[in-house]
Amino acid sequence: MTNEELKIKFTELLPTASFEEGGEWVNVFISPQELKSFVLQIKKNEDLLFDYLFCLTCVDWKTHFNVVYHFSSTTYRHNFVLKVKIDRANPEIETVSDLWRTAEMLEREVYDLFGVKFLHHPDLRRLIMPDNWEGWPLRKDYEDVINMIKL
Amino acid sequence: MDVTAKNNFPGQIHETPGGGIMLSKLDDVINWARSNSLWPLTFATSCCGIEMMSVASAKYDFSRFGFEVARATPRQADVIIIAGTIVNKMAPVLRRLYDQMADPKYVIAMGACAISGGPFFYNTYSVVKGADHVVPVDVYIPGCPPRPEALLHALITLQEKIKSGLTREQIKETSYLNP
Amino acid sequence: MVEEIGTTAEGDLIINVGPQHPATHGVLHLVLTLSGETIKKVEPHLGYIHRSIEKMCESLTYRQFIYVTSRMDYLSSHINNHACALTVEKAMQIEVPQRAQYIRVIMDELTRIASHELWWGAMAMDLGAFTPFFHAFRERETITDIMEKTCGARLTMNYMVPGGVMVDLHPDFQKDVKSFIQLYKSKFEEYNELVTGNIIFQNRMKGIGVLSKEDAISYGCSGPVARASGVNCDIRKLYPYEIYSQLEFDEVLDTAGDSFARYMVRLKEMQQSIRIVEQLIDYIPEGEFQAKTKAVLKLPKGEFYQRVETARGELGVYIVSEGGTTPYRIKFRSPGFSNLSALEHMVKGLKIGDLVAAMGTLDLVIPDIDR
Repeated sequence: MTNEELKIKFTELLPTASFEEGGEWVNVFISPQELKSFVLQIKKNEDLLFDYLFCLTCVDWKTHFNVVYHFSSTTYRHNFVLKVKIDRANPEIETVSDLWRTAEMLEREVYDLFGVKFLHHPDLRRLIMPDNWEGWPLRKDYEDVINMIKL
Repeated sequence: MDVTAKNNFPGQIHETPGGGIMLSKLDDVINWARSNSLWPLTFATSCCGIEMMSVASAKYDFSRFGFEVARATPRQADVIIIAGTIVNKMAPVLRRLYDQMADPKYVIAMGACAISGGPFFYNTYSVVKGADHVVPVDVYIPGCPPRPEALLHALITLQEKIKSGLTREQIKETSYLNP
Repeated sequence: MVEEIGTTAEGDLIINVGPQHPATHGVLHLVLTLSGETIKKVEPHLGYIHRSIEKMCESLTYRQFIYVTSRMDYLSSHINNHACALTVEKAMQIEVPQRAQYIRVIMDELTRIASHELWWGAMAMDLGAFTPFFHAFRERETITDIMEKTCGARLTMNYMVPGGVMVDLHPDFQKDVKSFIQLYKSKFEEYNELVTGNIIFQNRMKGIGVLSKEDAISYGCSGPVARASGVNCDIRKLYPYEIYSQLEFDEVLDTAGDSFARYMVRLKEMQQSIRIVEQLIDYIPEGEFQAKTKAVLKLPKGEFYQRVETARGELGVYIVSEGGTTPYRIKFRSPGFSNLSALEHMVKGLKIGDLVAAMGTLDLVIPDIDR
């Protein structure tokens, strides 16, 4: 399906989804409460069948976080980007690891580096930093006077 | 430095009919034997490990110098070649490996990352800026990654250091400052 | 649940494999829960080579951050640099000259062969056979010698830049590559005789570590791991970049999904790579090797994603730019990370020797996972 057809389909499934212009793929913005039902629909729907989650990351915009999901379909070969805006003071979002098993380790990495809590995750703890590390390193306000030499 | 002269057996050999008599200092003989059969510990964290594997293979062979038997356990190894970056999570592991090795033990820091943090010096929160913050180092090899010939040169330098018979502190004092 | 090393209430043993271990291909720490010699649970602990590359790249310019990616998956270092250069070119819409495209593809395929050679030698060494290691490095040394004449380095060569390649080819390049192709074609018989046809090797690999097609897709596997389970995922065929759409090569698939299938897929991929190099080496066009670009690159505001096929799978570079000279956020989607998450599923119920065989066929490079 082309980008326009995908946009029409997404608006059909979730009327409150908003889109961002520019970029090679469709960028969909939804709110955290709608995440669980939306991703279930895009996985099961016969015309969409997005069964391959290939990138899960988070971007720190200083006032809020954007959790970014990149999906692809192995049958139709279309891709799209899903972005969810969450609050910076108390970052929480539902997990998608029951639908895509690859999200288990990807979400642990996002928790480790940004501090975003994924609700109902089977095993949420630090992955790459030592277990007793304090702080969330990839946030923009992470201070480390010994090591960080600001250019 | 005249390398060939130093590889000969330390001492005098007097031929007699039916055999010979060997005169030497016991220290010299022990140092000669030790330096020609150092067993390295397989410790490679990142890219320099591939150059170390190249040195172990057929083109730049290091088993000609006695390093062939690479042990996997520190209890049986003499020299640890730190090839790769050391990060905060790995530093206690490195210290524990070094402590488990039996004396006399030697350390070679291979590559820019092990000398001083290398290309990961600025703006990183998790890299230890140099392996000598964790263990005392004998030989440093610059390069990113160093060529296999550079590693062979370092191994020969270590052998000469052992044959000279001095401790680390004595070498520091009698170094290029007072030759 | 984090379990302490020791014994659980049921009498199971919990032991460490690594981080310093000859068979883990780097610093991977696995905590195994064993009942006798049968594995009940495998838990990877990562982070022993986490060099904070993503944070570091936020302070480097778009020409500077490419050297760091060479060190991420150091066995396919050209392909990593290629991915970064392609992302910057896609964002700034720079047109790469034909000569540079040909050179880039030839270097990529030679790197893929070198990486698979090292994988083959190291995997045979894990299973106890020491001889293939020396054979593999003999071929690898020939390839690195060819690259050293042009790029100046053996392992981490920053040869690809946004716009093309850094310097032109060495005059001996064509002759050297042609003699390498002649030499290489006679080697497959040797490899099959040494390792593949060996009855002990086949018994250790067939039926071990089975990954079904649905699981491979769900765990996000890519590269030879997924292709051995029947998933069509070669980026060079699906989303072609550079001149791959004009080349003739097959995507190697297998349906068995076990370790032997993954092994055979990689061996056949080496043959396909030689086929690609053969098609290109005589027809490199004359011309510029680097497009003219400004000295300081400033990407427009927006987000850009580019994917390439490394020797391990799909590498993705995701750049979020705010219009400045340094990126706001870079994320590297690493192939090893997703392949490793399938390990526990593959080896439950098998023995420790099978764990070594299965992990060898996953072809993990740990700095790629930890970044």
